[in-house]
Amino acid sequence: MDYIIHLLIFISIYAILAMSLNLLVGYTGLLSVTHAAFYGVGAYTTALLMKFAGFNFFIALAIGVVIALIASFLIGLVISKLSGDYYALGSLGFNIIVFTIFLNWQTLTRGPLGIPGIPRPELFGFTFSGNIAYLALSFAFAVLVYLACRFIIGSSFGRALKAIREDEEALKCFGYHTSVYKLVIFAIAAGFASVAGALYASYITFVDPTTFYLPESVLLLSMIILGGLSNLQGSVIGAAVLILLPEALRFVGFPDTIAAQLRLFVYGLLIVLLMLYRPQGIRGEYKL
Amino acid sequence: MNIIEAKNLTKHFDGVLAIDRLSFSVANGTITGIIGPNGSGKTTLTNILSGMIPKDNGMIIIDGVALERLKSYDARRYGIARTFQNVRVFEQMSVLDNLLVVVTERNVWGALFERHGEYHRARVLEVLERIGLRDKQTALARTLSYGQRKLLEIGRALLTDARVYLFDEPFAGLFPEMAKLIVTIIHELKADGKTVILIEHNMELIRELCDTVIVMDSGRLLAEGAPKNVLKKREVLEAYLGE
Ligand SMILES: Nc1ncnc2c1ncn2[C@@H]1O[C@H](COP(=O)(O)OP(=O)(O)O)[C@@H](O)[C@H]1O
Ligand SMILES: [Mg+2]
Repeated sequence: MDYIIHLLIFISIYAILAMSLNLLVGYTGLLSVTHAAFYGVGAYTTALLMKFAGFNFFIALAIGVVIALIASFLIGLVISKLSGDYYALGSLGFNIIVFTIFLNWQTLTRGPLGIPGIPRPELFGFTFSGNIAYLALSFAFAVLVYLACRFIIGSSFGRALKAIREDEEALKCFGYHTSVYKLVIFAIAAGFASVAGALYASYITFVDPTTFYLPESVLLLSMIILGGLSNLQGSVIGAAVLILLPEALRFVGFPDTIAAQLRLFVYGLLIVLLMLYRPQGIRGEYKL
Repeated sequence: MNIIEAKNLTKHFDGVLAIDRLSFSVANGTITGIIGPNGSGKTTLTNILSGMIPKDNGMIIIDGVALERLKSYDARRYGIARTFQNVRVFEQMSVLDNLLVVVTERNVWGALFERHGEYHRARVLEVLERIGLRDKQTALARTLSYGQRKLLEIGRALLTDARVYLFDEPFAGLFPEMAKLIVTIIHELKADGKTVILIEHNMELIRELCDTVIVMDSGRLLAEGAPKNVLKKREVLEAYLGE
């Protein structure tokens, strides 16, 4: 039972990451390969503030969001001028840079050693130490992010995002400062990713740089491609499937270590197969 | 009063001189035809006038104001709307969304907290009626026929409420009944006091619709004047027949 709750917590966290990445990739057509970096910003901020400065989880989470917004704004200023393949490569470069900072700013992050012993969240004297409580917390955040994404997509802003995806140059002719739109949605997505990071850090109680590197960004991309681009429910389904898949491998009898290796292999294979046979994913209306 | 003036406009793409010291003016409230053989620079001119590409040299004067650099997102501010020779609708969006996107809020924060309302919908429906796509509202643009997509583009331009409409070969490849719809729309625009710049190869249509015609050849101005005078000039016929 605890095992199932553990998986549901992970699905909630990854659903947040996938839905927010979908705002960028599926709705705006910006192939961002740096989402894990903002996930990491949220996780590290929460870890550091809670462990070394005794901050409350929710305040640490809020500060993490602010830092992710600032970081994404600065990064976005550079990459929002790009589109297509250049956007993908530019964003990928930033994931490498942020990872390098996590790894090498050792006085702050302890580098490869990571930060252990991150406390669990507390609210009005209640500690979310049990997994059921933690599931309630992360599920609540996932629902909030879902509603926020729905709100964004249903707005005039959301419609403009899709038009940017379809033909940015044509849209400009109708009075849209499209790079501002791209910057804002990049920052919003980063903010949501950092929420997921905070939930992750306080749940696992340990962070280290490798969790927030390129393979993670690629995993998130596979989730939304599998689920279907520009479809929020698809993102949740994609997250669930790719969280459960390695568990299923273990279940059918692969030893843990092999299952872990096989996991990446299967993710990779899945992307290739999707691109070949079902580029619109399970629920998508749109393909890259 | 001239709404658009170009003086010594020049544009080249590595090696190719697409626009060569081109000067002309367009009077407010008129329909101006632009004709010329393929590759003579007509589309390039539209791209410059709508801010999509920068000019190399020369001057663009809109409503008496000389513009150093026109950016595409400023075109709307100057009241310029356009269509594209090779159709550029938002393919994977509904017909309704293709049109709503040009009537809703442009400002990012305003747009984020705006949902389209009755007012927006009413404006879009009116234009859908004019372009004959009323029962296609929910269809994805990419499912429309070529002609319907061209009409959708014209509808999108109409909704901007611009003063100047740049139509780049709107009739090309259309069945007669759709072409008729566009003729009507152009007449209506003129009746509304709008200015239309129409790139077109069909001389019948030019004669029927235009007050003035500009003939381009290799990026240069070959002739300019009333269609009945210009279209009988020998050099114009030669440019077209390639003699
Ligand atoms: N983006 C571009 N890059 C390079 N050459 C171009 C570009 N756009 C137009 N040209 C060239 O400029 C010339 C004028 O083209 P264009 O304006 O499309 O002519 P028209 O619309 O009159 O057929 C052609 O020689 C064309 O090849
Ligand atoms: Mg052309």
